[in-house]
Amino acid sequence: MDLSKLSALEAGRMIKNKEISVAEITKAALENIEKTDKNYHAFITLCADEALKRAEEVQKGIDDGTYTSPLAGVPMALKDNMCTKGILTTCASKILTGFKPFYNATAYSNLENAGAVLLGKLNMDEFAMGSTTETSYYGATLNPWGENRVPGGSSGGSAVAIATDQVYYALGSDTGGSIRQPCAFCGITGIKPTYGRVSRYGLIPYASSLDQIGPMGRSVGDVAAVLNIISGHDPKDSTSVNMDALNITLKNDVKGKKIGVPTDWFGEGLEKDVKEKVLEAAKKLENMGAIIEEFKMPEIEYVIPTYYIIACAEASSNLSRFDGVKYGYCTPSFDDLTDLYCKSRSEGFGMEVKRRIMIGAFVLSSGYYDAYYKKALQVKAVIKKAFDKAFEKYDAILSPTAPTTALKMGENLSDPLKMYLGDIYTVSINLAGLPSMVIPCGFDKEGLPVGLQLTGKPFSENELMNIAYSFQKETDFHLKKPVIKREV
Amino acid sequence: MEFLTTMGLEVHCELSTKTKIFCSCSTEFGGEPNTHVCAVCSGMPGTLPVLNEKVVEYAIRTGIATNCQITRYNKFDRKNYFYPDLPKAYQVSQLYLPICHNGHVDIEVNGAKKAIRIKEIHMEEDAGKLIHDPLDDSTLVDYNRCGVPLLEIVSEPDFESREEVIAYLTKLKAILQYIGVSDCKMEQGSLRADVNISVRPVGTTKLGTRTEMKNINSFKAIARAIEWETERQIDLIEDGGKVIQETRRWDDTKGKSYAMRSKENAQDYRYFPEPDLVPIEISDEWIEKVKKSLPELPTEKKERYIREYGLPEYDVDIITSSKYLVKIFEEALEVCNEPKEVSNWIMGELLRLASETSTEYENIKFDAANLGKLILLLKNKTINRNTAKEVFEKMFAENVEPEKYIKENRLEMTNDAGAVKSVVDAVIAANPKSVEEYKAGNTKVSRHLMGQCMKQLKGKADPASVNEAITEALKEL
Amino acid sequence: MKITDDMIDYISELARLRLKDEEKESARNEMEKIINYMDTLNQLDTTGIEAMSHAFPMKNVFRKDEVRPSADRDDILLNAPDKKNGAFKVPKTFE
Repeated sequence: MDLSKLSALEAGRMIKNKEISVAEITKAALENIEKTDKNYHAFITLCADEALKRAEEVQKGIDDGTYTSPLAGVPMALKDNMCTKGILTTCASKILTGFKPFYNATAYSNLENAGAVLLGKLNMDEFAMGSTTETSYYGATLNPWGENRVPGGSSGGSAVAIATDQVYYALGSDTGGSIRQPCAFCGITGIKPTYGRVSRYGLIPYASSLDQIGPMGRSVGDVAAVLNIISGHDPKDSTSVNMDALNITLKNDVKGKKIGVPTDWFGEGLEKDVKEKVLEAAKKLENMGAIIEEFKMPEIEYVIPTYYIIACAEASSNLSRFDGVKYGYCTPSFDDLTDLYCKSRSEGFGMEVKRRIMIGAFVLSSGYYDAYYKKALQVKAVIKKAFDKAFEKYDAILSPTAPTTALKMGENLSDPLKMYLGDIYTVSINLAGLPSMVIPCGFDKEGLPVGLQLTGKPFSENELMNIAYSFQKETDFHLKKPVIKREV
Repeated sequence: MEFLTTMGLEVHCELSTKTKIFCSCSTEFGGEPNTHVCAVCSGMPGTLPVLNEKVVEYAIRTGIATNCQITRYNKFDRKNYFYPDLPKAYQVSQLYLPICHNGHVDIEVNGAKKAIRIKEIHMEEDAGKLIHDPLDDSTLVDYNRCGVPLLEIVSEPDFESREEVIAYLTKLKAILQYIGVSDCKMEQGSLRADVNISVRPVGTTKLGTRTEMKNINSFKAIARAIEWETERQIDLIEDGGKVIQETRRWDDTKGKSYAMRSKENAQDYRYFPEPDLVPIEISDEWIEKVKKSLPELPTEKKERYIREYGLPEYDVDIITSSKYLVKIFEEALEVCNEPKEVSNWIMGELLRLASETSTEYENIKFDAANLGKLILLLKNKTINRNTAKEVFEKMFAENVEPEKYIKENRLEMTNDAGAVKSVVDAVIAANPKSVEEYKAGNTKVSRHLMGQCMKQLKGKADPASVNEAITEALKEL
Repeated sequence: MKITDDMIDYISELARLRLKDEEKESARNEMEKIINYMDTLNQLDTTGIEAMSHAFPMKNVFRKDEVRPSADRDDILLNAPDKKNGAFKVPKTFE
């Protein structure tokens, strides 16, 4: 039996039923990673020894009744921007060289308390800035669905670890699409929860007002089970909403649901195959009983500039603390304090990160604040209002996740603006703080996966997931697997 | 040419909450470097701030006590700059919507009353401490003070003299101490001021170019800094130069200010709303609740002391200028119900001893109820005034309990008339020369005899009865 | 808008970044492209619209004023590139 093909919930059930031990499944997963990761490079750090030790502990906990979660004992991994006590946390940046936090991200603590077994830390775009996982200081991650294809980003390592059956589920983070777009590119399922649903404590921020941690997995069922564990109020995060952890129970619930399709999101720039597959999915949902209705949302034109102004402004401030004094990389030689700061930062950050820091510093600088930053906050209000209006009518909004399927490596690296434009369908949802999930809905003519994006009103994760769950009951896109290369 | 000086003040005051503004570390002063520090206040990646409710309450208190409007919807902003004492490289502060605005503090200088307008009060976090390490010519960074809550109280440029500035600071300090939001220990840096100064020729209305002097932390230093900077600006203008708008650092040991390097000067703080904190909405009920919890403020207290106790305004001014003196006054009064007596003891002996020993009022240790007891012991003639002063010195130094101390040291007055009489007789007998002079009409010598008697009685007699006994004895001669 | 070399220098200094000459040139070009694209926002009239810093109307999230133990100093200094006497060490800041 190939353990790696199990879903997270199936694995959890077998562990609970003692059909397999936590140590066995952990060992198997580690061996699988050994065999496959040379080809895909999903991991920055693999914690084999810690994981095996942890597996024993968790087994004990399961046996004595400490761990009762349906995912207890199931091996998983985290995007490397979530702090893990005593384990290297790099944000895929040179500037965090050697950084070992002495605290855990709350989302991970919640998983630990549910008996999760951490296998390691996953690759990403440096500081989550990018849509290809190519800006990682530790090198790019490869998409298993095609030769020389990017996995998307920034949570590309998380997506590939799932798509190649290395882990049963993973956490990603999503500031402007960083969970959803790699899910789409890698043919897996994931959700960016409502802003405030999952604690951001211990998530090294890119843009604090937009960042949200979410689960990525093989099916809606797995993702819901993880979200149940990681959600909930955290007194350490002021923006964490004061609500109990989710207790999602999935059911077929699509009949009579009103789903809006914003026609402006299907215009110029959207690849033909992607458009077709997404509209086919809409048709499918309609056949299942949903009411599909087209509507206008012309504000889409403004979402990218608004997003990049706000995200870069916050990033420029958030990343100022990396200065070579308290942690991480410090330049070996310097003349004085300013020299130490400038050299450490210039040598420690990659080009894309520097670019966003500079854009951010610019839009906040004296004389430009009103024209850019304040203006963006006003447009954000306009965008939020457009969504509010749409959700007066609809239970969910259906759209593509990205204009294309997985790009060729290097294609966008040379043209940052072109790369930013690829985020057109995802960023507005972060601006409005909405929950949004991506499920596979077909393949383009090159065999690359297409992702369907379903967005809901605030805190409607359960309803949203019911629609996605119903869709997966009727389709098998999420069960399709790429050919996974083992060894070299 | 005659010049007018215009000044504005930004006062930073550390709040006396138990914990820091955004984390649960203690605000206790001192401690080994980096021992009152956690992941949040040391700016570890991924950590987040959570606001201490007490800080908001203290800010509202301060706003009410300084006649401010409370901003019902207020927010935090980030002020971005790189410096090693600021681990996140931004300070969480309030720029766009500070918690209090449009208030005033009333002062009085040489009998003239004046309202100093408060522009705004905002909440923010303190920075860490930098220690120069001469051994390898480097700087060591201690984050213990990082995140200690501060209020920045910004006045309008309403000051025209040093005296006004000092009167304002004295008043502000008293208010902050009264309402219990800060201990205002200047020597620990919990109250410090930035002064903006400009000068202009008499007869002109346009304000001159201002300079700012930062972080001055004693009244004396502030007075000196103002004097020095005013003169510098006037000299500059009179020599045909121009004042440049700049931040200057006051060096109190050298007694002069100097411009900070232009690089430090050109600040572009890139303020923007702090996304990690949510807005604060202050309801009517909250403000009412805080209002009710406020103690009597200095001005109210001053008026009541004059009205109810008939104390001189000068004395009341001094006593009500310090929450600690007020505490002593009220606790002593509680015991003896002799307001004038208590006031006299504070104005006389207490201030003398405090000044001789350079003791700040907040560091006065004795139990104020004991002053009340001492006054009663004096009133019922258990001791005389000289003994009382002697006992008070002991109380001040060692916090002795007066009754017990008097007993142990046998300081009670002798009420035995026979014993007094025999001492008086003996002294008269031993001083025939004085007696002769007395007889010759020089009544002043009785004072000398009095001194002799008190000496023999070891001061433990009621001077009035000794005096009476001497007069009697001399008459009988 | 035109992004000049002076602006790039100014922003780099604010951000404590030092670009090499060749990086500077491409940074200037790309920034200009991106900033100009951002200027499309000017097509939208936002007069009278309140700037929205938080997407949800959350407010008044507080913590009680209760002391909890601070971190272990060794943990605070664990990752410090340079430290001395329980403190972070930096080049001198005093003149």
